Amino acid sequence: MADIRNNFVGIKSPNPFWLASAPPTDKAYNVERAYKAGWGGVVWKTLGEEGPPVVNVNGPRYGAIWGADRRLLGLNNIELITDRQLQLNLQEMKQVKKNWPDRALVASIMVPCVEESWKAILPAVEETECDGIELNFGCPHGMSERGMGSAVGQVPEYIEMVARWCKQYTRMPVIVKLTPNITDIRYPARAAKKGGADAVSLINTISSITSVNLDSFSPEPSIDGKGSHGGYCGPAVKPIALNMVAEIARDPQTAGLPISGIGGVTTWRDAAEFLALGAGNVQVCTAAMTYGFKVVQEMISGLSNWMDEKGHRSLDDIIGRATPNVTDWQYLNLNYIAKAHIDQDACIKCGRCHIACEDTSHQAITSMVDGARHFEVMEDECVGCNLCVNVCPVEGCITMVPLEVGALDQRTGKTVSPDYANWTTHPNNPMARQAAE
Amino acid sequence: MALSLYKEGIAGGRLSSEQYAENFSDLHPPLDHHEALVEADRCYFCYDAPCMNACPTAIDIPMFIREIATGNPLGSAKTIFDQNILGGMCARVCPTETLCEEACVRETAEGKPVQIGRLQRYATDVAMEEGKQFYSRAASTGRKIAVVGAGPAGLAAAHRLARYGHDVTVLEARPKSGGLNEYGIAAYKSTDAFAQSEVDYVTAIGGITIENGKALGRDYQLADLVKAYDAVFLGMGLGGVNALRADGEDADGVANAVDFISELRQASDLAGLPVGRRVVVIGGGMTAIDAAVQSKLLGAEEVTICYRRGQEHMNASEFEQDLASANGVTIRHWMQPKRVIAEGGKVSGIELEYTVLDGERLKGTGETLTLAADQVFKAIGQSFVPAALNGSGAAIELEGGRIKVDGEGRTSMAKVWAGGDCVIDGREDLTVSAVAAGRDAAESIHRVLMG
Repeated sequence: MADIRNNFVGIKSPNPFWLASAPPTDKAYNVERAYKAGWGGVVWKTLGEEGPPVVNVNGPRYGAIWGADRRLLGLNNIELITDRQLQLNLQEMKQVKKNWPDRALVASIMVPCVEESWKAILPAVEETECDGIELNFGCPHGMSERGMGSAVGQVPEYIEMVARWCKQYTRMPVIVKLTPNITDIRYPARAAKKGGADAVSLINTISSITSVNLDSFSPEPSIDGKGSHGGYCGPAVKPIALNMVAEIARDPQTAGLPISGIGGVTTWRDAAEFLALGAGNVQVCTAAMTYGFKVVQEMISGLSNWMDEKGHRSLDDIIGRATPNVTDWQYLNLNYIAKAHIDQDACIKCGRCHIACEDTSHQAITSMVDGARHFEVMEDECVGCNLCVNVCPVEGCITMVPLEVGALDQRTGKTVSPDYANWTTHPNNPMARQAAE
Repeated sequence: MALSLYKEGIAGGRLSSEQYAENFSDLHPPLDHHEALVEADRCYFCYDAPCMNACPTAIDIPMFIREIATGNPLGSAKTIFDQNILGGMCARVCPTETLCEEACVRETAEGKPVQIGRLQRYATDVAMEEGKQFYSRAASTGRKIAVVGAGPAGLAAAHRLARYGHDVTVLEARPKSGGLNEYGIAAYKSTDAFAQSEVDYVTAIGGITIENGKALGRDYQLADLVKAYDAVFLGMGLGGVNALRADGEDADGVANAVDFISELRQASDLAGLPVGRRVVVIGGGMTAIDAAVQSKLLGAEEVTICYRRGQEHMNASEFEQDLASANGVTIRHWMQPKRVIAEGGKVSGIELEYTVLDGERLKGTGETLTLAADQVFKAIGQSFVPAALNGSGAAIELEGGRIKVDGEGRTSMAKVWAGGDCVIDGREDLTVSAVAAGRDAAESIHRVLMG
């Protein structure tokens, strides 16, 4: 039986599934329900300064996009940080931690970018005996207009500065939550590390407008006819998040910096992918907001079963296993040649592979053979692009089959070379490096 | 339960009025908005879609379903009507299980096709309820065209011709228009007088005059039409019913299934429609199923379909056979009627002979079986009655008892086209096939007239 206990910068939890700081974690009632359902940890909804709390809009806070059968693919949110009194949150956190000592409880914090503000709040948070803090430098809406959230996360110098204050004023582990609304995610991660942060977590939400109401011409969600960009999350953002996690994990300057992976984690499989790319654990929000807290049970059993099946005994066996395989395009092996193959028994003859290839790619799939509807790859035209695999509605029907070394590539008329050769040495590359003499 | 349920002989009022209403409500209730969206999402938008190729009118099914999915039901309806102006009725009566839905790749993938027929009804209902007309007439061509028969073929031809600016006169023998849509389809497949609504929707384009009660050969001759009009389209149905060729079939209580179905469709009070306590239907097609199921729904205690060949030979689709079974109809195979047994001139039973295939030939085994029956319906096929055609002037060439046409629907007679059940053209005898034939003949007429 695989051991899925998690130790993230010294914070222990029975599994690597934490709820991200967000609407589901804004009070004891929800958090206790989450723990009961099996969540390993919770990052409490972001605390603000002492004093009158922020206010939220009283109209819709969420927008969305959907896939087939109205499956929610992407959610966008304009809710701000907690709108409850700081003291009430702290009291509840303390009680919850007492009730659930084996679960992780992390406080998310966002206060103005001045030393006094951080110095003031940290001891109060520490008093709850929670396990760590997460600095919310990611929120892209509302708070960023007030110089907080992503306004801080977009300036590496601020990240470094605040991280340093936090390390100075608390003994708790410091996790810096990064915004993806930036050109190169490595810079804020490096700044966090430089400031002494124990870890980064990413991604926070992406600035977005989900749709426009075509009757009122207002962006959605519409508040009295106007809309504001919100933070986008859910399954649709997973690929962006995976890439950013990998970029940090493989950056020599941040190598070894623990990462809490966030962004569209919906199933155990998503979680395993984040772990493989270097995340030490994952945080989830939209999946819970879509289906309720129970989804964690599928994540736990799915991850354990997969680990058992593959012989991985603990999370350390899988964390970062895919990181070395993330490389730059220029280092990809140009001598690797694959061709699409259609399993005729599995094919339902929808023809989507054909029309995708015919209209938009390389005219490499038949639609008719000997007068009968038949979809087959013409290897002399197939460049191995994988589009047919991606548009096929039947999983496993079309696969990419690599040509063996020495085999003839019918498209180019060349045999497959056993050598690895990439763009850096390719004759067509004007910048090609000379082979070492 | 009313005691009249067990009344011997052919009698009405076997059920309560609530029971009649329930029994004859919509067989496939319309999809509501949510159901339509869920179902539309299942379509894969196939390339050169098999469903579209299986549709006799070649409706662009993936496109109309995509239009439903994107909240564009009017665009969807137009996609349907572009190919099939009777798309509303076809959505209700097409044997989709042997056409588009049989070809659906989801049928291949998971044995559960997209419910194309019900989606088509959804879109066409939206347009028809709004009274949305998608076509307007081209400038008048001054050409006059006669259409014989206001059934699916005639209506489809008339609409297409009217669009091109021709003036169309439709001559219909029966008091109502719609042909089999009005008279020949089980009541639970076309509720709320839909056939008439559809006729009104089709003719709303203008330029189409329907004259009811005008029968070819009785009230006018084909030669008159050829003289008076620039072109003639013949879209008649099958007027004859095949005989049982069993002794005693003229006994009281032996009736044509098509007449029973027609009476039922026109009945204003189902309780007033008499049906036997024990009904035997002879035949294996859709008409046999419609008559049998409706007998059961009218309160017959026992209904048996007897078919002379095996289940695999039945013309009725598997869905229709299941529908009959689900309604308590017994289907018996490999037996043919030998003798209708009558008491006092009234049917009391039917003697059937078991059959067997001798090579290709069907033959009786000599062994017989007698079923008690107080009503027997003949549903062993209909035939074209050509007598009316050639009342005067030159004769139209027939083939296999029906009108011979070429690939464009032209008959052997100049200026005369034909389509639908009255022709032999390789199409099945279905509403949707008749629509295709009428539409295509109209295109041919237009080309010839304007060419």
